[in-house]
Amino acid sequence: MKKNLNNKIALIAAVLVAFFYGIIGIPSGVTGKALQESLSKRIHLGLDLSGGAHLILQVVVSEAVSAETDNTVSRIQQDMKTAGFSFSQAYKPDPNKPEAIRLEGTAQGKANDVRSLLETKYGNQYDVTGGGADNSWTLTMRPPAVKALEDKTVQMAIETIRVRVDELGVNEPVIQEYGLGKDEILVELPGIDDLDRVKGLIQSTARLEIHAVAGGPYKNDQEALSSNGGAVPADQEMLHGSSTVGTSTDSDAVWLLQRISIVSGTDFRSADQSTDQNGRRDVRFTLTNEAGEKFYDFTSKNVGKSMAVVMSGRVREVANIKEPIHDTGVIEGNFTPDEVEILSKMLKTGALPASLNYLEDRTVGASLGADSIRQGVKAAIVGILVVMAFMLFYYRGSGINADLALLLNLIILLGFLGFTSAALTLPGIAGVILTIGMGVDSNVLIFERIREEVRAGKAASAAIDQGFAHAWVTIVDTHVTTIVSAAILFVFGSGPVRGFATTLTFGLLANLFTAVFVSRVIFDWHLNKMKPGEPISI
Amino acid sequence: MKAGAGSGSSPQEGRKPVELFRGVNVDWLGKKWYFLGFSMIFSVAGIISMSLHYAQTGSPVPLGVDFRGGTQVRVQFQQTPDLNKIRSATEAVGIKDASVVNFDDPAKNEVLIGLPEQHNEASLEAGEKRIVDALHTHYGGNPFTVRNVEVVGPTVGNQLKKQAALATLWSMLGMLVYLWFRFQLIYGVAAVVACFHDTLITVGFFSLLGKEISLTVIAAILTLIGYSMNDTIVVFDRIRENLRLSRRESLPDVVNRSINQTLSRTVLTSGLTFLTVLSLYIFGGEVLNGFSFALVVGILIGTYSSIAVAAPMLVAWQQWRAKRGKTAALPAAKRARV
Repeated sequence: MKKNLNNKIALIAAVLVAFFYGIIGIPSGVTGKALQESLSKRIHLGLDLSGGAHLILQVVVSEAVSAETDNTVSRIQQDMKTAGFSFSQAYKPDPNKPEAIRLEGTAQGKANDVRSLLETKYGNQYDVTGGGADNSWTLTMRPPAVKALEDKTVQMAIETIRVRVDELGVNEPVIQEYGLGKDEILVELPGIDDLDRVKGLIQSTARLEIHAVAGGPYKNDQEALSSNGGAVPADQEMLHGSSTVGTSTDSDAVWLLQRISIVSGTDFRSADQSTDQNGRRDVRFTLTNEAGEKFYDFTSKNVGKSMAVVMSGRVREVANIKEPIHDTGVIEGNFTPDEVEILSKMLKTGALPASLNYLEDRTVGASLGADSIRQGVKAAIVGILVVMAFMLFYYRGSGINADLALLLNLIILLGFLGFTSAALTLPGIAGVILTIGMGVDSNVLIFERIREEVRAGKAASAAIDQGFAHAWVTIVDTHVTTIVSAAILFVFGSGPVRGFATTLTFGLLANLFTAVFVSRVIFDWHLNKMKPGEPISI
Repeated sequence: MKAGAGSGSSPQEGRKPVELFRGVNVDWLGKKWYFLGFSMIFSVAGIISMSLHYAQTGSPVPLGVDFRGGTQVRVQFQQTPDLNKIRSATEAVGIKDASVVNFDDPAKNEVLIGLPEQHNEASLEAGEKRIVDALHTHYGGNPFTVRNVEVVGPTVGNQLKKQAALATLWSMLGMLVYLWFRFQLIYGVAAVVACFHDTLITVGFFSLLGKEISLTVIAAILTLIGYSMNDTIVVFDRIRENLRLSRRESLPDVVNRSINQTLSRTVLTSGLTFLTVLSLYIFGGEVLNGFSFALVVGILIGTYSSIAVAAPMLVAWQQWRAKRGKTAALPAAKRARV
């Protein structure tokens, strides 16, 4: 009985062509150089092989929570005013608990009205408690809302970092969430070795904000406190920075500013360097339409008062509002050229939603890559050749099956790397070698089983049938368990270790196809050509 | 038709296959006390070495820079470097206990200088500069280039430690659950104990030989867990199959027979995998040394443990149950579902 194998052979050929395309794409020519070029375009080398910068950053998500509740505080104040409810103050009582807001001194008889206002407007995100005899309320952001905000912050940080890294012109940067729910980001930049420049560009929060000035300048903290009755009011903050009064300049004066900014971060559409009449550098900014409205509204109401430009937590300039400003302005502040460059880049790429801490930063020398790559590839090739030679020696005719299956497995694996642009790392190469080991194991399991069946006196086709059927159970169990452990590696590991898990997992999946399906088709093809009763070479 | 492979009517006549372990009949379970002794010696040696190391340094095994936190500078000199002079150069600028070792092949003139544990990021960065300055001022005769600098903050070290331990635990648990589902709970427990045994002995070897554990070594250990599990499952699979076929045979006999039947496969696969890993160990270079060493040891131990630890445990559990007067039924596995 001959089996019709045409469909199966066509499938194998299609897979072969598809994954071969994955490895080299369509080369520009057939010369060795053209092939090598298209190969290096498709198969990306991981950081340990190509060298570059490796960074792990932690997003300070509590800042984003704090910014969100700051925003809510100002909305509560607005809403209470609009609804005509009186209150003494709305503020955040504990800097270490950014998710809590306190509203104090609401009118005695209005408790129910205030509650319904707070519940309808903020009930989605906040737990509203209080409203008892002390007429005070506490709004606490719900844990799921905090979690959602934190996740969003990490995603936004990743997007911002991606845009900023693109400015560096890095090929194939890796920017991804790292660890499990720990707000960490892994950044790998092949070919970049100037760590300080990268860190400066990625990390710079360079948040530009404009605040209304509540008091100052004072010479020092004590003076600022004593002139305000010993404490900073809850809706204000104390910042250091420069002040120019007349001709004397104090570079470390103290200011009291309204805590909530008038415009900040994403309100700026652009900032560019310019020079004033005296040749000093200043920054010309443009606001978005919406923020422009807000800014015009504020400046027209506060002509004659002061506003402060704050960057990275320091007062850079305090300006007197001479006339209403719409959406463009100039900041003087004795900026250095670097500061202006970073500031304008930041404004172009959008601000980070929270600041970042570096948990790990390393440069990996590219020279290490050159040796390692040669050694790893050499080791892999030697390993494969030894194994293939042994299979031919030990299983003779069937050894060809095993060797063909192995080669196809390698083509699929490399093609997969090409398609997904997953980087090939040194442990990744080790993963390839282990895949080969498991591939050989599958073949050995099948062949040994076929031998057993032949020994038991079965004819060639029955022996092959039985051998595959029995070995299949074992192969599934062994592969699934190894994939389970590789998946755990992938989840918990980073960079190179992930590369290992990726190649191992996909290699094992490919192996199920090659060692079982392809090898079987080759056997069947061979059986079709055999005379009845002829023994198989195994 | 019934025909032995060697008989005249065999289809194999004229081209005798190359075979290992044909028709072996070893009583593996009868040797369980030797196995136990062997495993105990290595486990206990590993545990003692790890305890001693723990008492001295606060960590059971030497940890790589991934875990320890610190600065490692790889320097290539133009002429053959004198390690003692480098050491005195670093001491001259006040760095105590810097490790100075040849990196890879000494002919490459590359030296790895490791600063002892640092406690904050600022001093790490400064450490790198100090090494470069020390070499410039006190070892000026031999021009050098810095090939690679690795700086890892200790906070990361702690996190990574937790990460690695978690990954190991989860991977074992995942496998236990899978085997429970496919076989029976006792099979899963026996396989996981065998894997734990392999991990313990492999890590023990690192401690005994003073080799550093890095993140790639952790990857290797997780691989060997998967690998050892692979070996164990092949044997268990055969036990399950044989139990279904012959219900009258005693469990020790079935287990012995299953090990013997799979022996040629076990030796072949382990041998071939061992060869590939050995080629990695020999040709893979210094960077992969720890990784491939863990696998070289792990594959030997993993192969041994599936025969000498996992299978005897199944039998021991059954005999213990029988002694307690519980049902004497064999732990007949569920029927294979595939």
